[in-house]
Order: sequence, then C-alpha cells, then structure tokens
Amino acid sequence: MSRLLDALRTDLHLTGVKEGCGEGECGACSIMLDGRLVNSCLIPLIHADRAAIVTSEGVAQGERLHAVQQAFITHGGAQCGICTPGMVLAAVSLLERQPHPSEAEIRTALAGNLCRCTGYMRIFEAVLDACRHTPNESA
Amino acid sequence: MHIGQPTPRKEARSKVTGQARYVDDLAFPGMLHGVTVRSPSPRGLIRDIRYEPGIPWDELTVVTAADIPGANVVALIADDQPCLADDRVNHAEEPVVLLAHRDRSLLEEARRRVTIEIEPLPPVYTIDEALAATTVIWGEDNIFKTYLVSHGDVESASAGADAVVEGEYETDAQEQLYIEPNGMLAVARREDGVTVWGSMQCPYYIHRALLRLFGLPAERIRVVQMETGGGFGGKEEYPSIIAGHAALLSWKSGRPVKIVYDRAEDMVATTKRHPSRTRHRTAVTKDGRLVAMDIDFVIDGGAYCTLSPVVLSRGTIHATGPYYCPNVRVRGTAVATNVPPHGAFRGFGAPQSIFALERHLDRVAHAIGIAPDELRRKNFIQTGQTSAVGQVMREPMDMPALLDRALALSDYHAKRVRFDAANASAKMKKGIGFAAFMHGAGFTGSGEDHLASVVTVEATPEGRVRVLSSCTEIGQGTITVFSQIAADALGIDVDAIEVVQPDTAVVPDSGPTVASRTCMVVGKLVESAAMGLRATLESGAGGISDFPAACRNHIQQFGALRASSQYRPTAGVRWDDERYQGDAYGTYAWAVYVAEVTFDTTTFEVSLDDFVAVQEVGRVINPVLATGQIEGGVAQGIGWTLFERVVWREGRMANAQMTNYIMPTSMDLPPIRVFFEERPYAEGPGGAKGIGELPMDGAAPAIANAVSYAAGVNVSHIPITPESLMALMEIPVA
Amino acid sequence: MRSYLAAFDLQAPGDLGTVLRLLAEQPGVWRPFAGGTDLMVLFEAGKLAPGKYVSLWNLKELRGIEAGSDTVTLGALTTYAEVIADPVLQSEFPLICRAAEQTGGVATQNRGTLGGNIANGSPAADTPPALLVYDAELELISARGARRVPYGRFHSGYKLMDLRSDEIIRSITLPRGRRSWVQTYRKVGTRKAQAISKVCFAAGADLDDGIIRDVRIACGSVAPAVVRCPRAEAALRGRTVDDTLASGAAAALAEDVAPIDDMRSTARYRLHVARNLLIEFVTELVSRRTH
Repeated sequence: MSRLLDALRTDLHLTGVKEGCGEGECGACSIMLDGRLVNSCLIPLIHADRAAIVTSEGVAQGERLHAVQQAFITHGGAQCGICTPGMVLAAVSLLERQPHPSEAEIRTALAGNLCRCTGYMRIFEAVLDACRHTPNESA
Repeated sequence: MHIGQPTPRKEARSKVTGQARYVDDLAFPGMLHGVTVRSPSPRGLIRDIRYEPGIPWDELTVVTAADIPGANVVALIADDQPCLADDRVNHAEEPVVLLAHRDRSLLEEARRRVTIEIEPLPPVYTIDEALAATTVIWGEDNIFKTYLVSHGDVESASAGADAVVEGEYETDAQEQLYIEPNGMLAVARREDGVTVWGSMQCPYYIHRALLRLFGLPAERIRVVQMETGGGFGGKEEYPSIIAGHAALLSWKSGRPVKIVYDRAEDMVATTKRHPSRTRHRTAVTKDGRLVAMDIDFVIDGGAYCTLSPVVLSRGTIHATGPYYCPNVRVRGTAVATNVPPHGAFRGFGAPQSIFALERHLDRVAHAIGIAPDELRRKNFIQTGQTSAVGQVMREPMDMPALLDRALALSDYHAKRVRFDAANASAKMKKGIGFAAFMHGAGFTGSGEDHLASVVTVEATPEGRVRVLSSCTEIGQGTITVFSQIAADALGIDVDAIEVVQPDTAVVPDSGPTVASRTCMVVGKLVESAAMGLRATLESGAGGISDFPAACRNHIQQFGALRASSQYRPTAGVRWDDERYQGDAYGTYAWAVYVAEVTFDTTTFEVSLDDFVAVQEVGRVINPVLATGQIEGGVAQGIGWTLFERVVWREGRMANAQMTNYIMPTSMDLPPIRVFFEERPYAEGPGGAKGIGELPMDGAAPAIANAVSYAAGVNVSHIPITPESLMALMEIPVA
Repeated sequence: MRSYLAAFDLQAPGDLGTVLRLLAEQPGVWRPFAGGTDLMVLFEAGKLAPGKYVSLWNLKELRGIEAGSDTVTLGALTTYAEVIADPVLQSEFPLICRAAEQTGGVATQNRGTLGGNIANGSPAADTPPALLVYDAELELISARGARRVPYGRFHSGYKLMDLRSDEIIRSITLPRGRRSWVQTYRKVGTRKAQAISKVCFAAGADLDDGIIRDVRIACGSVAPAVVRCPRAEAALRGRTVDDTLASGAAAALAEDVAPIDDMRSTARYRLHVARNLLIEFVTELVSRRTH
C-alpha cells in the first residue's frame, strides 16, 4: 500500500512533488492523474497502474514555460516555493477545464492548495494574467 | 536603477518548475533515515527506556543523551534546554531517544516499540499556575525574565484622572505552519567534523549549537542552508535541535542521516507563538488625552527559556504603541510552563501586546464617548517626543496622515454610518475597525552592535559579483533584494549578481534572518561592501566603464577582488541594557490597518469583506516582493485571529493535523489592499526600513475591533471563534 | 507516514465477482478500499488497522449515474466531481451537489466517492444529510446476492451500520419528483473550504398553497450518526406556514439531536446553530408561501 508520492519522489526522482502534510490537506503533493488533479499522498501506488501522470516538472515545454508559470514569476506568485509546484498544477488544471475563470472560480479551484507565504493575492493575479495569454475559443 | 523596480524573484524559475531543492529532495549514498522518540508525559523522572521485541534492534542506530560527545545543551540564551532528555522531562514530546535505519517504514514501527517509563511530577500549564509558583518547575519561581519600563508616576496620575478604564486581553499559541516541515541531513565523522544541510533561517545559530554539542573547533562544523519552504521564525532557533539530532545519529552510525518531520510531529513538538495575557489600566482626560498607562504583560514561554527574554523585550517595548503618554509603567514577565517551549514567530511579542493595546484603546474611546480615531489622533507620538522607554523620536513620522489615508481608502466613516443604521435589524451585521501601530526594525537596543554582522562581496574575472552573507532566502525575497541593492551600488545589471547559498564554510556571519533586519541592516552592509568593491576598482587605472574588464584586470594584477563591510553602531543611537532605556530601535515602520467584517447572527461566523493595509516603510525596494510580504503577513494575522486554535490536552497539542488546525484557504481571505508610503531612513539601503514582521501586528486588533462593533460585544481573546462569540453575546456589554 | 508498510496488503483483482468472493471467503479479513480519501489519511497517521484491503476503484459496475423515469441511480463509486458535473443532479438534487462542492478541494472531489463516504460512517459526512432528505435507498451486494436498505435505516449509531462484512454498497437510488420542493443545504465548517463540518443542515419541504404537505429535515455533526429529525418534521408536516411555526419546530429539534463537545466545536454551539438554521429554513418557507 505504498504511496504514489513516494514512488514519484524516491523511485523516479521527481522531487518537484512535495510532501507538506501527508493528510491530503495542503495540496503540495498535487499531480495530474489521468487528467484529474489529485493529492498523490493519498493515492496507493496500485491505483496509478498504467495511469498518465503529470507532475510540475512536466508543465513547461522544455525551456518554454507555461503561461501560468511565467505569470507566477511576473506577479510574485511564489515566495518560499514549496506550495508552488502543486499550486501551478492546480491552476493549469483549472485553465484546461475553464480557460477564463472569474476570480471567485479561481479561489474555489485553488482551495485545496494551501499557501502560508503569499496570502494568495499574487497567485490570483498570476492566474488571471495567465488566462489573458490563453487563446479565447470564441474569438 | 534597480531599487524600486519589480525585479522578478531571481530563483522563481526554479520554484515554478519544481527544480528548487529542499532538504527532503536530497539523498546521499548509504543514507539512513532518523526518527525521534519523545516523552509521553509533560513532566517527570525517566525511570526506564525499554526496546520492545519485534524489531531487529541490532540493525538500528540508537542514540541517547549518553552518546553526546560535547555538552548536552541546545545553545541559545540560558543553557537550560538539553538536546536529548537525560534523567527527566519537562514537557510532552521532549526528545529522549533517536533511531536511525535505512527503512523509514520500519523506523516508524520501531518508534512505537520504544517505551519511555516516566515517574510523573506535577505539571504547570497556565500563566496563573506559573506565577503562583506553588509548583516550581524552572529556576526559583518559574520566571525566565522580567522587565520594567517606568516613566512618570502612574499611580498618582491615575488617581486624579477623569476616567480610568481597565481591561484584560489574551492571545493563544499559534503554529507557524510553514508548508515544508523541519528537516536536516547530517554527515558527521570524527575525521572530518560535522556538516548539516537543511531547512533553516540562521546557519550560524546552528553552527554555534553544534559546536557545543560536539565540542569541536569552529572550522570542523559546517552548516549549509537548502531551499527553505517557509520559516516565519519557526526555523530560527528550532533547527539547532533537529540538526543536532541528525548529526548525533550520523556520528554514531557512520552514515549520512536525514531527519524530516511529518506534519503531526512538527506541529506537536516544535515551537509556537508565545501565548500572552495583558492587563491594561488606562487613565485619560474626558476629551481623550492619555494621562497614564499601566500595563502588565505576561507571556508563556513553555518548558525552557529559549528566546523568551527577547520576545518579552519586544513585546514590552511595543506595549504602549505609537502614542505619547507622560506616565507609563509596563511590567513584562515571561513564565515557564510544562509545554513544548514557545519560540520565534513573526512579530515576536509585538503582535501580542499590540493586540491588547489597540483593542483596549477602542474600549477606552467607547467608555468616554469619543470616536476611536479621535482618541488615537489626540495621542499619536510626534517627532521630538519621547517614547515610553525614553527614546526621543527623531525621525519624521505622520501617524495622523496615515490614519486619514487608511480611513479614506476603506471608506470607514461612511460605512460606520451605514452600518449603524442597518445593523439593528440585520441578520448579517457589518463591522469596521482599525489598528494603529508601529514596528521597530532590527534587533532591539544594542543587539545589532553585539551581532557585528559582516557581508562580503567578491567579483569573478568574468565580471560577475558574488554576495556572501549568512542571511537566508526563506520566501521573503533576500536573494532578489540583495541583488537589486548590489547592482545599484555597483552600477551593473542585476543578472550579474549571484547571492551565494549560505554555507558557513563560505559566508561570513551576517547575523540571523530575523527581526525584520535582512533588508534594512544586512542589505545596507551589502550596499556598503559593494560600494567598497566599486571604490577599489575606481581607484585603479582605467576606471570601470567596462565592468567585467575592470574586474579581470584587477584580479590578474592583485589575485582577488573582494570587499567586506561590518556593522558599526549608528552614531547617536544609544541603548542602556541595564536600565532598559534609550533608543530601542534605529527606526520604526508605521502603519494603520482597517478590517471590514460581516457577522452572521445565524451561525456566529465572521467573514472578512475588505482589508486595507497602509504603511510607511522608508523605501520600497521591490514593490511586488514588498506587497507580497504585507499580504502574506496579513493572511497569517487573519489566521491567528479567526481560524487558528491550538487545542491543549495535558500540555500537548491535541489537534496536530492540518485538518484540525485551521489556516485560511484561498476562499477564506478578503481582498487585501496594500498601500505604501516612503520616508527614507538614512541608515537603510536606498532608505528602506524592515517590514517582514510589521503586517503581523495589525490584523488581530483591527479585526477584533470590527467584530466587537458588528456583534456588539467586547472581544478580548484571540482567536475569535464562533463559539466564543456566541458565548459573548449572552453577556451584557459593559 | 506512520504505518509499517509491510503490515498492509492492498489488492486490486479487477472484477466484481472476485472481490465479492474474497469478502465472502474470509469474513472480516478483507476490507473494501474505494478512493482512499479517508483510509489513506488514517493509514498515514498510523491509525489504520493493518491487514488486507481489496480495491473497488476499478470496478465499472459501481460507476455511472443513470436517470430513469422515476429514479436516479448513482454507482457507489461516483465521485464528488462526477456529482458536481451531472446536469440532472444539479437541477433536481441540488442539495447533493452543494454537499459535494463543499467537500474538500478539487483534488479530494476527484477521488472521494459517495459509497466511501457512506461506508466510512462519519457523523460529519457532508452528502449523507442530503441523501436523507431525498429518501435515498442503498443497494448492497455480496456473493450471496443483493438487498435494498432505505438509507434512513442504514446508520444505527457511531460507525454502526447495516453493512455486513461480506457486503459492499453497489448503488444509491434517489426517487425523482421533488424538483419543486423548497430546499436548503447549509454546512457550517471551520473555514469556507476543506473543512470538517461543525453543524450540517439539510431540509426540503413540499410547500403547496401555504401548507407544508411534506418535509424532510436531516442533520450532520449533531449526533453519533447523521440523522433525520422526525420531531422537528412532525412540528411542521401538514401545518400552515406562519410566523409562529419556527419556534415550535426549533424546540422539537432539540429532541432529535444529541451534540457533543469535541476538538472542533461545542454541544451548545451545535444545538444553537442547528436551531437557527431550522428557523432560517422555516422563515424562507414563510417568505415563499404566497408564490
């Protein structure tokens, strides 16, 4: 019953996935599992059998950062950085489902990713900014 | 010009791509994991330690106090705290036995199979029990430290006053809750000495602690800071303990050892904000002028002294706030109880005493029938006046203007009128409240003189400049701010600056990363060292129109290009340690915060609708980073005020899970609107004052004042819970 | 992570028949494991009983939401995310959707299941009060066959339920036809997201021409299990809505609940707020009576 989190960090050396609480509360271990955001500390390894997994190391396209990552840099969305990998994934996951969310929708989507440093304001700004760089379907 | 620019955080890219390396991301060949076996009892004598069957004990490394090569002490202020409990324990979760093994899972099972048998002694849990000293658990009277600030004659001044208002205010413990728990990785061998890598704020504090623990010479101890996932004071002094533990296990096993706490252990065993109790007795004239302030400020330090005297000092000095009062008496006391020692947390005593003061002044205003802002205006300290500790406030400050601006930005007066009209019949009652305060930056009094911090800058032949300082990046922006300051001083681009990883083998002791001093005090040393390096180049032939070339030439000629700067006492700033008087801080940042709340009378819940934070900070070095510091500090203050509650059972935190110790999520915070003013401080880089802790001081009293208004009650205790508000509403307001 | 890994065994046989056979052959030895959002938390805290666990996660028979003419049936493995995304549930069973939206955060909603939530038996569970208001019925299956239990009779005490050691929940069925009821769901937690409830209040009333034809009231976190509130309902059922109704119902509610003091809240608060929420609901009925 080992955790997917440990397999990712220890066996695959994907240390961008962080352990902040081991209780599924902080979201620092967030990853995408078959297209859905989950807390990897709560996934038994057997449930990841043949799954498609995206960690924060997989968000950028080589040297080219995702719009969310670039916006985090511009707007100060990362301070100590420990929540950032999970927070970036949560934001990316949101924008994949909803390319132009309101601030209220951003707050709801990120409610499972705790940040102790920023007070979230810069993060909301970053995600709103990243939306502006996402093509608008109706255009 | 880089100062004043929103220069992007230099290490942001590594953080947003998951490349940043924190201690738990490190693994060395042959590394063992370590765990700590802790006391189940809050106080008693250790009678036996049993290693129960079912574990291959011969495979594990076991360390107890007997294995400590040097002194069994966590070096800090008083030498009262052992690194490992020896014959007795003084708090629950006190470390007793260390275990190491390569299988982390087996270690957890082994940890459960160590039985520490304790013959209990009666514990002390509260401030009152400690002060009564019926049971003495520390020293002669359970008192770590006292201070007395005294000015004028409070007794006779109060006797003749128009009104005297009393109040008692309490604040509970708060857990720092950095999202990265404490962790250390140690390699300790008799041949080489001790090296530790880890999550920390103060490499040289750990260095000093390991020196004592191992009895080795200074050059055989090396401390390296890894990327640190939040500190807030919780990684100021505590890391010395976990570093010592990892090093002891490594010393005995001969292998690298990594100890990383899980969340439950970090919450239950490490330091928290000191709980406090403040009693105010305030005499005023009928039109609101302060005549006398008599304040009794007590903090609970837990089982060992740690930093309590310093927390007490700051809390005592800030207890009278940004006001002038001719008669003042502040008695500060730090007491011992049998709980895990409390320690540094952003604000460091000031949030506690400022909460009491600003809540109390609203009550004083109410008692004499004048508006809360009127009362403040009548009493704000002005340039040229003397503070409670005898500091002549030489710098320009304008609290009335700051107050005006904050109240205007929050539409305070109009809202009060609207709320007054609507609240009587509303199910959702509205409230608005403010707090006026200041925060002294840097170490108190002669602290900076004693630290005598040093910064070195050195150039490479390619024209890159390395900044060597022991101040750590913990999310507040040290690396970026130092780079901006150095780039301006040298006239080069910020990308040419490298702030090196704090490593005691490489960087000088610039003092700890605490007390809002990193930018203001150490940043100034960065500036002057960089200016020194520039002056060296300018004095050479050829000048520095081409900086890299100038560096290359100089290094070719002289071998190295380096300059250091050491802190020197500021002229005219004098503090008397003995009499506890004088210039407490080189400068203060000044602020007014306003909170608007909705109080739901159906569920007694409070939600925040708006928060305005206005502060005068000398100079904003980086607006994005500075705004982030204020927003984050306000968020932590909101957490402390409305959500975060430590549930104590028999001297132990019972709700040591993030599911039960509640910090705000993205849905719990209002818009936090931040505004800066700048009156340059001559001794700060570019005029900057320290701001890291300032925001922690204002949220609690502003919110408490707003809630008191909305609910029509007297809030006097932090945290404010719906349950406590429900209980308060059953009491008629005095 | 406090558990000793070697003491745990999680298997995923992949087909329902094998799972039911395992549960039947070694009663009490194998324990069902769904999304893991409860069990893994216990596991990491060192509080999960060691032993054998059998995964239900990949069993397609336990998934899917089917809307029939009279009922809607949700597979036991329906996640909160799937509830939130379902248009029939959003339009006809809004209380379940409100509950799902307020359970954890997005990551929890992607893994937590209704069946898991029910079988975990916490009195603070978020969707059960809504299920009680909608008169949900459970289908339980084992190697011996299937049986149906009204959800209102499923929980008999703290973590006690009508689920034998060889059974799992297969589906939850909800009768349709309550779209016009006046409905409310209110979870009072420690914060606005990711909170364990301190009081949970769900209610629905069939209001017709100013008369409460039928009513359901259910609460969480105020008793050893989630509860219907029959005395409060009796104070309302069949009555004409007016301003005097609320206080009688609120007084009756005190008999239906048995709140306690715990780490999160107090008995006093829970009772007071549950009554306030009921009063608020009745007040809403009063304001709607002329419609």
